[in-house]
Amino acid sequence: MSAVDDARGVLERVFAPDAVKVFAMFAGIWLLFYWFGNQLGYTDPFILALVRRVTFLSAVYALAVLALNIQWGYAGLFNIGVAGFMAVGAYGTAMLSGSPGGSPPGLGLPLPLGVLGGVLAATVIGLVAALPALRLKADYLAIVTVAISEIIRITFNSPAFANVTGGASGFDNLPTNPVRTLLLTEPGSIISDPTPLGQPIFSLATEYGIQRLTVVNTVYTVGTLVVLLGVYLLLERIGRSPFGRVLKAIREDEVATRSLGKDTQNFKVRAFGLGCGLMGLAGILWYAMGPRASIVPVNFRPELTFYIFIALIIGGSGSNTGSILGGALFASLLFEAPPRIAAIIGDRFDVAADPANLVEALAPVVEGDLMPLAGFLLNNIDTLRFIGMGVLLILLVQRRPEGLLGARKETASAVSLADDTRPGTAPERPTAAADGGGDGDE
Amino acid sequence: MNRTNALDHGVRYVRTSPGATAVVAFSAILLLDLLAKLVGFSLGPLTVAGIDLGPFGGEMPFTRLVSYTWDGLVIGLVIGLASIGLSLTYSILNFANFAHGDYLTAGAFSGWAATYIIAGLGGLLPIVESAVHAVTGVGQRTIRNTDLVSLVLLETPPGTAGANVWLSPIAVVVGLAVAVVLTIAMALVIDRFVYKPIRGADGISLLIASIGVAFGIRYLVALVFGNSRRIVTSTDQLPEVTLIGTRIDAHEVTLVVVAILLMLGMHVLLQRTKLGKAMRAMADNRDLARVTGIPTERVIRTTWMLGAGLTGAAGFLLVLSQAGLGFTTGWRLLLLIFAAVIMGGIGSIYGAIAGGLVIGLASRVSLVWLQGDFSSFTSPAAFALMILILLFRPSGIFGGVSTA
Repeated sequence: MSAVDDARGVLERVFAPDAVKVFAMFAGIWLLFYWFGNQLGYTDPFILALVRRVTFLSAVYALAVLALNIQWGYAGLFNIGVAGFMAVGAYGTAMLSGSPGGSPPGLGLPLPLGVLGGVLAATVIGLVAALPALRLKADYLAIVTVAISEIIRITFNSPAFANVTGGASGFDNLPTNPVRTLLLTEPGSIISDPTPLGQPIFSLATEYGIQRLTVVNTVYTVGTLVVLLGVYLLLERIGRSPFGRVLKAIREDEVATRSLGKDTQNFKVRAFGLGCGLMGLAGILWYAMGPRASIVPVNFRPELTFYIFIALIIGGSGSNTGSILGGALFASLLFEAPPRIAAIIGDRFDVAADPANLVEALAPVVEGDLMPLAGFLLNNIDTLRFIGMGVLLILLVQRRPEGLLGARKETASAVSLADDTRPGTAPERPTAAADGGGDGDE
Repeated sequence: MNRTNALDHGVRYVRTSPGATAVVAFSAILLLDLLAKLVGFSLGPLTVAGIDLGPFGGEMPFTRLVSYTWDGLVIGLVIGLASIGLSLTYSILNFANFAHGDYLTAGAFSGWAATYIIAGLGGLLPIVESAVHAVTGVGQRTIRNTDLVSLVLLETPPGTAGANVWLSPIAVVVGLAVAVVLTIAMALVIDRFVYKPIRGADGISLLIASIGVAFGIRYLVALVFGNSRRIVTSTDQLPEVTLIGTRIDAHEVTLVVVAILLMLGMHVLLQRTKLGKAMRAMADNRDLARVTGIPTERVIRTTWMLGAGLTGAAGFLLVLSQAGLGFTTGWRLLLLIFAAVIMGGIGSIYGAIAGGLVIGLASRVSLVWLQGDFSSFTSPAAFALMILILLFRPSGIFGGVSTA
C-alpha cells in the first residue's frame, strides 16, 4: 500500500511541472501515431510525415486555443467568432505578401511585414467589433461575434470583391513558405539547389530516404512549435503581470473589480484585441503558409470556432498549459486518430462490406451479420467523429466543466491565498476561488 | 411649432443620438433610391474606393418589388415560426440554444421521410387497402411496388415520389404531424439527458452544451440521410397563379395558411390558459415562480414541447416552399432566427413573429439594393441589423415587453 502511495507521490512530483506534462503528452502522441503508422504498414518516412502532420495540427490548435483562453479563460469574454479573426489574419498576410503578379494580386511586401500586417488587421477588426459589443451580456456577445465571423467569411466569399480576395475559390496567390526561402535557392521549385543552410539538412534526410517536401514541412512544424512556446511564455508573463491579474479579477467578479477603481472596460477591450491578434497569428501559421496552406472561405466556417472551443474546454479554460494540452489532444486524439483507427480495424478484421446507407447496414444485424454495420460505421468515421465531439462536449459540461487540468484557474492574487495569517485560527484547507457559483442545482 | 423651433429640435436630436440619426439617414437614402428605381431615374454609376457601387436609382419594375416582398413574407413566416420556439426556450431556460437550427433540420427530415413513404406508396388509401388485404384477404393489393428504403431515406427522385400538396395532400398533412411529433420527442429526450442534469447552470454552460447537441443532431442526420443536399418536393401539376407578376404556388399558400394558423393557436394557448401566465412568471424569476407553487419542471417540459413542435413544423414548411433539403439547412438558418428573436425582444412571441417577418422581408427586399455580385450580402445585411439592434436596443425594437 505504502509502496503504491510512494510511487504515486513520486509520479505526482515528476508530473507537477507544466513542461513535463506537455512534453509527456507530446511524447505520448508521437508514440501513438508511430504505432498507428506501424500497424498500417507505413515505411519510416511516411510515419515521419504522419507524426509531423499531427504535431503541426496540435501546435496550430494549441496556438488558437491559447488566444481564446486570453479572452474567455482570463477576461471571461465569450467570443465565438474565432474563425473570422483567423480568416482576417490569413487573408491579410496573403494580400500583403502575395506576389504582385499573381492572381489575385498581392502587394509583394516582405513576409515579416505581411505577418505583422495580418496580426494587426485581426487586432483592429477585433477591436472595431469589440468596442461596442463588450458591454453586452455574455450570450449576446456570443451571438454578435459569431455573426461578425459569418459576415467576414461571406465578404471574403462574395464575387463582388473577387478581384481582391479571390472570392469563393479562395486566395490562390499565397506568400512563399519561409522555410523554402531559408533552405532552397529557388523557393518556387522543390528540386532546386539547396542553400548552404539547407545542404546538410537535405543530405541527412536523403540518407534516411526522406523526401524534400517532408523535410520542408518538418522544419516548418518545428518553427510553429517555437512560435507556440514563445506565445505561451508571453501569455504566462502577461498572466502574472498586473494586467493579467486585473483580467482574472474581472472574470471572477467584474463589479468588485470596478469598485476597486479599475477601468474594467478598458482591460477587456485590450484583452480582446490581444486575443484577436493571436487568433490572426494562428490563422496565418495554419492557412497562409506551411504544409496546410490554403486560404478558402470554407476553411473559416463557424465549425472551426467550435473545434477550438471544444479543445479549450478539454484543457480547462483559464490555464495556459491546459490550453496547449487541450489543443494538442483535440487535434491528435479527436481529429487525426479516428480515421487511422478505422483504417487499422478495417485492415485487421477484413471489413470489406460497403453498404450504401444505414438501413442496408442494419438489416443484416438481425441475421447476426455485423460486417455490413461495421463497414458502414468505418466508412462514415468522419461523421461519427463529429457526433463523438458533440457527446464529449455535453459530457464535459455536465461532468467536468473545469477541464482536464481541473480547477487550474490561477487566482488573481499576487500572494498565496492558502496562508491564513489571522491569529488564533488553525490553518484550513485552501478554498477554491469562487467561480460564478453556477452548478448549484446538480 | 415654428420653423426655428423645429430646426433646433432636429439639431438636438442629431447631437443626442448620432447612432439613431445615422440609421434614419441611411434608411432615407435607401428609400429615395428605391423610389428612384421605381420611376426609372438614375444618377451615373458611382464608384467609391475602387469598388463599383452601381448607379443611384436605376430601373426596377414594380412587379419585382412585389415578388421580393412575397418571397420575404414566405421565408419570414418560417423564421417567425422557428423564432417563437427559440424565444420561449431562451427566456424560460435562460440560454441561447445553438442547437435550435438542427431541431429544425431534424423536423424537416423526419416529416418529409413520412411524406415520402405515403406519397411514394400511392397515398393513404392504397396503404390501408393493402393492409386490409394482407390481414383479411378482402379487396386487393393496390400498393405500388416501390423501394421503401430509398423512400425513407429521401433518395427517390422527387418526380417519382411525387411529394406534392396537390397530388398527395394527405401525405403532406401526415408529414407535418410527424415532423411536429418527432421534433417534440427529440427535444424532450435531449432535455432529459442533457439539460436536466445541469438545470441550474449558468447560461454559458448551457450554451456550450447546446453546441454539443447541435453537433450530435446534425451529424446523426448526416449519418442516416447522407450528407448530400437534395430536392425533395415535386412541382408536378402544382397549381399556381400569377398576381402582379409574382408567381404564387400552392406550396407557398399552404405554408402561409398553416404558419398563420399555428401562430394563432399559439396566441390562444398562451392568452387563454394558465400556462401563459406560468411561463411569464418563470421567465421573470424561476425561484419565485417555484415558491408560488408553479410546477417549474412541467412548465419547462411544456416550453420544450411548444418550441420544438413549432420548430419542427417550420422545418417541414421551409422545405415545402424552398424544395431543397440538406443536413445543414437548419444550421444555416440559425443566425437569422437569432436575429429575429433579438429584434422582437427575447421572450416575446409576438416580437418573435414580427422579428421573423422583418428579417425575412429584409433578407429578400434588400436584393433591391444588393444587385448582381452583391446579392450574397443579404444574410450579412440581416446579421448587421441584428448587431445594431443588440447594440442600441438590446430589449428589441418593440421595447422588451415580455408577453410570453
